[in-house]
Amino acid sequence: MNLEFSEEMVMLEDSLNKFIENEYDFETRQKLSRKGIGYSEGHWQNFADMGLLGVPFDEQYGGFGFGQIGLIVVMEAIGKGLVLEPYLASVILAGQLIQKAGDEAQKETLLPALIGGDLKMAFAYVERQARYNLSDIEFKAEQVEGQYRLTGHKSVVFNAETADKIIVSARTAGEALSNEGVSLFIVDKNVAGLASRDYETVDGLRASELTFDGVMVGADALIGTLGDALPVIERVIDSATAAISAEAVGVVTQLRGKTVEYLKTRRQFGKAISVFQVLQHRAVDMFMAEEQLRSLSYLAAIRAGENDDNERVKSVSAAKVYLGDCRSVVAEQAAQLHGGIGVTDELDVAHYVKRLTMLNTLFGDRDYHLQRFSTAA
Amino acid sequence: MDLNYSPEEQAFQLEVREFLNSKYPKEVQEKVAKGIALKKDDYVRWQKTLNDKGWVAPGWPVEYGGTGWTPMQKYIFEEECGAANCLRLVAFGLVMLGPVLLEFGNEEQKQKYLPDILKSDIWWAQGYSEPNAGSDLASLQTKAEKQGDYYIINGSKTWATHGHYADKMFALVRTSQEDRKQKGISFLLLDMNDPGVTVDPIVTVDGMHVVNQVFLDNVKVPVENLVGKEGEGWTIAKYLLQHERTNIAQVPRSKAQVKRVKAIASQEMYNDKPLIEDVQFRLKIAEVEVELMALEMTSRRVLSKLSAGEPPGSASSLLKVKGTEVQQAITALLMEAVGYYGFPYVKETMTDGWQGDPIGHEEAVMLAPHYFDWRKTSIYGGSNEIQKNIMAKAVLGL
Repeated sequence: MNLEFSEEMVMLEDSLNKFIENEYDFETRQKLSRKGIGYSEGHWQNFADMGLLGVPFDEQYGGFGFGQIGLIVVMEAIGKGLVLEPYLASVILAGQLIQKAGDEAQKETLLPALIGGDLKMAFAYVERQARYNLSDIEFKAEQVEGQYRLTGHKSVVFNAETADKIIVSARTAGEALSNEGVSLFIVDKNVAGLASRDYETVDGLRASELTFDGVMVGADALIGTLGDALPVIERVIDSATAAISAEAVGVVTQLRGKTVEYLKTRRQFGKAISVFQVLQHRAVDMFMAEEQLRSLSYLAAIRAGENDDNERVKSVSAAKVYLGDCRSVVAEQAAQLHGGIGVTDELDVAHYVKRLTMLNTLFGDRDYHLQRFSTAA
Repeated sequence: MDLNYSPEEQAFQLEVREFLNSKYPKEVQEKVAKGIALKKDDYVRWQKTLNDKGWVAPGWPVEYGGTGWTPMQKYIFEEECGAANCLRLVAFGLVMLGPVLLEFGNEEQKQKYLPDILKSDIWWAQGYSEPNAGSDLASLQTKAEKQGDYYIINGSKTWATHGHYADKMFALVRTSQEDRKQKGISFLLLDMNDPGVTVDPIVTVDGMHVVNQVFLDNVKVPVENLVGKEGEGWTIAKYLLQHERTNIAQVPRSKAQVKRVKAIASQEMYNDKPLIEDVQFRLKIAEVEVELMALEMTSRRVLSKLSAGEPPGSASSLLKVKGTEVQQAITALLMEAVGYYGFPYVKETMTDGWQGDPIGHEEAVMLAPHYFDWRKTSIYGGSNEIQKNIMAKAVLGL
C-alpha cells in the first residue's frame, strides 16, 4: 500500500499551487467572477499549457493519463483558489463522457482539442422533477429519418454560456425513471432551436437554463450505445463527485487556516479570542473534519477509478456525506467564528463558505448520498 | 395548567386577526412571505397604519402612545403578526431608543423624539458595535470630548442596520477613561446630517446592502443630546439590550417559515412524488418542528411567569440561542428543498416588481442567499457564545 502522490503529480501540484498563489488572489477572482464570461480565457489557456486539461485522459489523445488520482491534485488547488474556469464542466464531466463512452472518431476529434484549450464543452443533465435522480429524464430524443430530434429543458448547466458543444442526456425509450432508454448526444452550442438563459450562481460561477425546441442532430451526434448511457453517466458523475470532494478539501483547508489565523489576531476582552477553549475546540473540529474528508476524498478517487461499481458507489457517497457534514462543522462555524465580518461580501471567507455549501448540493446533497450509501450492498 | 386563551383573550385575538386581515397590505404580505427585499416606504406605511390604530408601541406606557396591553395580549399580537407574515417594524426607535428615553430621558427629550418615532417620521440607527468592539462591547473607543456646550465625537460605528436610511443615530461613546472600561461610557444622540458623519455601505454575503459602517469625524453634538447622566451609558446599554430581547425567540415567524418549507416541498418533485412525501425530508422537517414546539412552550412558560409579575431573568439568552438555531435550521431546509435551484443568483428577480419568469420554483432564487444571510442571527444581538456565557454565569453560577 502506498497513499502518496507520484513525483510527477507532486510537480503538477507545485506548479498549480504557485499559479494560484501568484495569479489568483481573491480580489482578482472577484473581479473576474462578476464581469463578462465570469472567468479568464487567458487562465484557461495557461491551464492548457500546463497540461492541466489533459490530466485524466489517456496519453494517446494528448493527456497525462493521471486518471482520477490526478484530479485530486487539480481539484484541491481549484478549491483553495476558488477557481472560476470551467474545469469541472468541460474536462471532468464532458471530457470524461467522451473518453468513457465516445467512439474512436469522437475521441480523436474532441479530446485533443479539449486538452489543447481550443474546445470547451458542458454537460446538461439536471431536470427539475428529477431533483438528484439521474435516471429521471423527461428530455426526449426521437428518431426521425436517420436523425434525432431533441426536445426538452435542462437546468443549471454549468458553463454552458461559453461552451462550444453541449452534451445532453435524453430519453430515447422507456418511461421516466427507467434505467434503460437513456442516451447521450453532443450538439453545437449554436445549433438552431437551442435557447440559453445564462446567469451567475450564488457561489460566483456561471450556469444556464437550456431549452431544446426540436433541435435536429445527425446520427453521429450519439455518444455511446443507444439507450444504454445511464451506467456511464453514473460513472462520470461519480468521478465528478469524487473530484468535488477534493475541491471541498481545498476549501475546508482554507476555511480552517483562515479561521485559526483570525482567532489568533482578533482581540476581545483584552486577549486574543484564541485563548477561549470553546473556540479552540470548534477549530479542532474543523481540523478533524478536514483530515477525515481528505481521507474519504482519496478513497473515493481510488474507487472511482476501479471497476467495482458497488465499492465505487459506497466510497463516493461516503465522501459526499462527509462533505455535507462539513457544511455545518466547517462552513457555518467559519462564518460564526469570524463574527459579523464573516457574513460580509468583502471578506474571502464568505465566498469559501458559499462554495462549500453549494458543493453539498452539487451531484446530490447529504441526504441523497446517505440514502444511496445505505442501499448499496 | 391551561393552554387555552381566556374568552377575553380570544376576543382580542380575533380583533387583531381581523385588523391585520383588512389593513395589512397584501402586496407587502407577499413580499415578506417570499423574502423579497422591502422598501423603506413599506415599513413607513405599515407603521403609520398601526400608529393610527394605536397599536404601534405595545412596550410603551399608555400616556406616551403605548397600548396598555397585558403581556399575554402582547404575545397574542406578536403571534398573529407572525402568522400573517407581517413585516417586522424597524426596532431602533420603537423597541430600543423609545424605552431608553422613557426610562432615562428628560421630559424635553421625550417630547422631542417620541412622537416622530411612533409615526416613523424619523428613522434611528444604532451606534453600538465598533470594528474592534463586538462581543466585548465595553471596549468601545469612539470618543466624545466635552468642549463648552458641545461634545466632539471621533470614531466609527459598524453594523448600522438601515444606517443609509436613518435620520439620526443613538450611540455609545467614551466620555472618560476610567479604570473600569464600562464606567466611562455615555449615551449620545446625533444627527446623520451633521458635518463629519459618513455612511459607508457594507454588502453582506447575500449581495444586499442593509448594514453600514458610520464614520464620525469631529461631529459636534450639543450637550442636551446626552441621555441620562455622563458615564451612565453602560447601564443604559444593558437596559436597551433587555428590550431588544422581547420576542427574541421568533416562534411565530419560524412557524410561518416551516409552513413555507412544507409548501415548497409539496410542489417540488422527487422520484415521481412530491418531495414532502420523501421520508428523509419529512424527518428533517419533524426534527425542526420538535425543537420549535419546545421553544414555543418555553416562551409560553416565560410569558406565564411574566404575567404573574416575575422578571424573565436569563430566559432571553436561552430563547435567543434556541430561537436562532431553529431559524437557521429552517433556512437550510428551504434551500435544500429546491435542490439545484439554489444555485441561480439573479438579483433582479429578488427585488420588488420583477415580472419575468422564475428559474425553477418561483421562490428558489431567494433561498440560498437567505440561508447565508441568516448566519448573522447567531452573531448579532450578543453572539450565541456570549449568550451561553451569560447562562453559565447567571443561571448555573459557573
